[in-house]
Amino acid sequence: MSEQVLTRWHQRLVRSLLYGRNVDRAVKARARVGFAIVAFALVYAVIAGRLVMFAVGGESPGARRTASQDAIATSRPDIVDRNGEILATDVKAPSLFGEPRRIIDRDEAIELLTGTLPDLDEGEVRQRLSSKKGFVWLKREITPQQQQAIHRLGIPGIGFLRENRRVYPSGPVVSHLIGHVNIDNQGIAGIEKWLDGNGLADLHRAGFATDRLQKPVELAVDLRVEQALRDELLKAKEKFKAKAAAGLVSNVKTGEIVAMVSVPDYDPNNPREANDPTRINRLTTGVFEMGSTFKALTLAMALDSGKANLNTLYNAGGPLKYGRFTIRDTHPLGRPMSLSEVFTFSSNVGAAKIALSQGVEAHKVFLRKLGQLDRLRTELPESAEPIVPKRWGELNTITIAFGHGLSVAPLQAVMGINACINGGYLIPPTLLKRTEEEAMVLAKRVLRTDTSDKMRYLMRLNAEKGTARKADIAGFYVGGKTGTSEKVVNGRYSKKQVLNSFTAIMPSDNPRFQLLIMLDEPQPLPETHGFITSGWNAVPTGGKVIERIAPLLGIEPRFDLPPSDRLILAASKESR
Amino acid sequence: MISRERRTPLSEWWWTLDKLLLAAVLTLMVAGIILSLAASPPVAARIGLDPFHFFNRHVVFVVPSLIVLIATSFMSPQHIRRVALIVFAISLVLIVATLLFGPEVKGSRRWITILGINIQASEIAKPAFVVVVSWLFAESARRPEMPATSLSLAALLTLVTLLVLEPDFGQTMLILMVWGALFFMAGMRIIWVFGLAGAAGAGLFSAYLFVPHVARRIKRFMDPASGDTFQLDMATGSFAHGGWFGQGPGEGIFKRNLPDSHTDFVFAVAAEEFGIVLCLILVSLFAFVVIRSLMRAYATEDLFVRFAASGLAILFGVQAAINMAVNLHLVPAKGMTLPFISYGGSSMISLAYGIGMLLALTRQAPGSDIVALNDRNAARGFA
Repeated sequence: MSEQVLTRWHQRLVRSLLYGRNVDRAVKARARVGFAIVAFALVYAVIAGRLVMFAVGGESPGARRTASQDAIATSRPDIVDRNGEILATDVKAPSLFGEPRRIIDRDEAIELLTGTLPDLDEGEVRQRLSSKKGFVWLKREITPQQQQAIHRLGIPGIGFLRENRRVYPSGPVVSHLIGHVNIDNQGIAGIEKWLDGNGLADLHRAGFATDRLQKPVELAVDLRVEQALRDELLKAKEKFKAKAAAGLVSNVKTGEIVAMVSVPDYDPNNPREANDPTRINRLTTGVFEMGSTFKALTLAMALDSGKANLNTLYNAGGPLKYGRFTIRDTHPLGRPMSLSEVFTFSSNVGAAKIALSQGVEAHKVFLRKLGQLDRLRTELPESAEPIVPKRWGELNTITIAFGHGLSVAPLQAVMGINACINGGYLIPPTLLKRTEEEAMVLAKRVLRTDTSDKMRYLMRLNAEKGTARKADIAGFYVGGKTGTSEKVVNGRYSKKQVLNSFTAIMPSDNPRFQLLIMLDEPQPLPETHGFITSGWNAVPTGGKVIERIAPLLGIEPRFDLPPSDRLILAASKESR
Repeated sequence: MISRERRTPLSEWWWTLDKLLLAAVLTLMVAGIILSLAASPPVAARIGLDPFHFFNRHVVFVVPSLIVLIATSFMSPQHIRRVALIVFAISLVLIVATLLFGPEVKGSRRWITILGINIQASEIAKPAFVVVVSWLFAESARRPEMPATSLSLAALLTLVTLLVLEPDFGQTMLILMVWGALFFMAGMRIIWVFGLAGAAGAGLFSAYLFVPHVARRIKRFMDPASGDTFQLDMATGSFAHGGWFGQGPGEGIFKRNLPDSHTDFVFAVAAEEFGIVLCLILVSLFAFVVIRSLMRAYATEDLFVRFAASGLAILFGVQAAINMAVNLHLVPAKGMTLPFISYGGSSMISLAYGIGMLLALTRQAPGSDIVALNDRNAARGFA
């Protein structure tokens, strides 16, 4: 009897622990079924809500992105230059795969395969074939001869798949511009990546991107100009023992990039080289203090403000003291200089005075207007943000006036200079073909026409009398501005390590193209008399380039033209 | 005509049956056939079968399913209990046999071939388990001297152990959720709710830690960029592509790339071809079946009927909700079929069995509530 009481007591304890004491469980259960009804109603309402969201068009962009990456499997459109020369195309290549489960004699298979393809790693092949997977890649993109040889071996469980393989016939010539693809033929750099982001992936997913249906993509680049530019840059890099060299040819009126070279470059057929940090595209991915080239912008600001003209005098005879800093010129004139002299003699003090006369705020606003303070985005996925001083005081304005203390991507500076000479339009640069009409739709007027006329006069003057004389190739009425910026080494500006640039325009009376040449750390040579300034290396290089590319660009040579003050200035005044 | 004059089993069935519930279920089955026509040919073509292979089999499965559904709905609660006990026992044996003799497919053993028919025993076990457990919980309220709660826990642990051994985490989760819900309805104290929630959390967390593919799926859900989310991107793409009214039958593009378009991702295919409107109709059909059954369970006085009906409704409702939520990228990817819509023979028979029991239990037999009331009074008197 007591045993039964004990059991009852025990049961009661468990029950009250689990369910509580003295509860009417039927009532409780009913309430809780009610709770379940509410819970289910909520869950199904959420599902219905999500459905409605989808119907209204709430598609997450992230999902689309990843989907597109998966969808691009095979073929890509050809990429051609502005004259239709092929820069990138697809060829079919067989790839070798294995089906480990169907291989009968693994050792024999490995031995035969590594015998035929000596660059196969035996350990890796063994590891892959020993897995339990149904499918493993052994080697992607082999040659037809290799395929034949392996086919003859007749190994069971080994097969081929035809894949599209990207080929770049011009090799490293257009490397930075065109980028490259990975083993799955997905663009991972340059224009190739841009292609994937702009519709190619969608086409693939829909299954429409077959080989025949794809229109080639036309770039603005001219392969001949690109070749010539690269050739001269490589020679210059060698001659002046520079760390790197870069050059850019841009159409002043459309913003098209006709040539873009940054050596050392890499071969897109062997994309592994691209990982080397010295091979970056210095024109878009690097940012630099552009040096005296920036003076062009400073002068354009002063001229455009209406507060100054070419003859305005600035007290720039001696060094400029600001706090504990002293700004000097290499060859001070010792007398007040006119605005045009500041440009011709490339006076740092003069440029600083000009900028100061405009004021810090106006300087900032002007540079922002010319796109020098924001990241410039083109079709190239690789772009760098300019390094702008966080607190911009008078000292910053002084140094930025002559191109120090603000680092921009060279392409950005080119865009700014373009606006200074093309009549005052800021046109975003592009790698794709573009007509003048299309460019004018995108263009933004940032300067007055007469400012642009005066800038062209100043740049032409530089080639007639100033630092750009060595690039004055007869017949093309070249104008230009040199820049030698000392590089910061261990926190100080170095006299020995410089980044030289030369910006040329041609022809100056009605510019069609702008050329930028950059040399990174050129060394002094006997023939340069120990100088490393731009006029001794970047300018002659620019001259050689102009000599070769001007005919290709279709610039008609004209001889016996009057000097710039008559041809440009007088015409400018007449027209108004 | 079925006459009210003469009480035959058929007329009694007809007049007590919840005809709206039956209509909703039959609509779902028809929708399943139509959607199978849209969703399965690409899959069949991809694995080199006749394009209509899955569709034909789907239709073939519908026939026995209908028979099971109708036959089960004739049963009385007593019969349901007994049959469920037998089915549960048999399916446990079959699961053990599967673990021992079944072939390994994609890393798990879920199928066993008996007399030329592939059977997924864990599917059949689910509704039977729910009924058995409901009965035990009802008994625990009615007859305190029976160790019913412990028995139900034992049944749960047995089934869960077998399912984890397969392994089949989707079914395990479903079973645990339904058991938890039943325990909750059986009147467990609120403190245990937190206990169970904690245990569930800990279980999920340990699965995240120790089962690599679970961790991958959860990470992928949190950050889609971290891995291959191909299926889900295709699914979300389908919904966006379909819009309100769909691209039209046969016009789907995403379904060609959806590996499981005929099973786990039927809902997405439906959206692409027939539009979000059809999806909303499907959602409301599922919601109707679940909520209507739960309302019947709410109204009834018989504890066993209440538990069993709500348990079966929850099993059905949770499975549908998880499948749709996965399709809509609301929860991490989890292989679960959409009841009556997705392809799968065992699953369809099992669902027919479950819904048949639900129909039987929600039949409003005149006088049944009075019997239950007496029962309850008797139980109270006893306690």
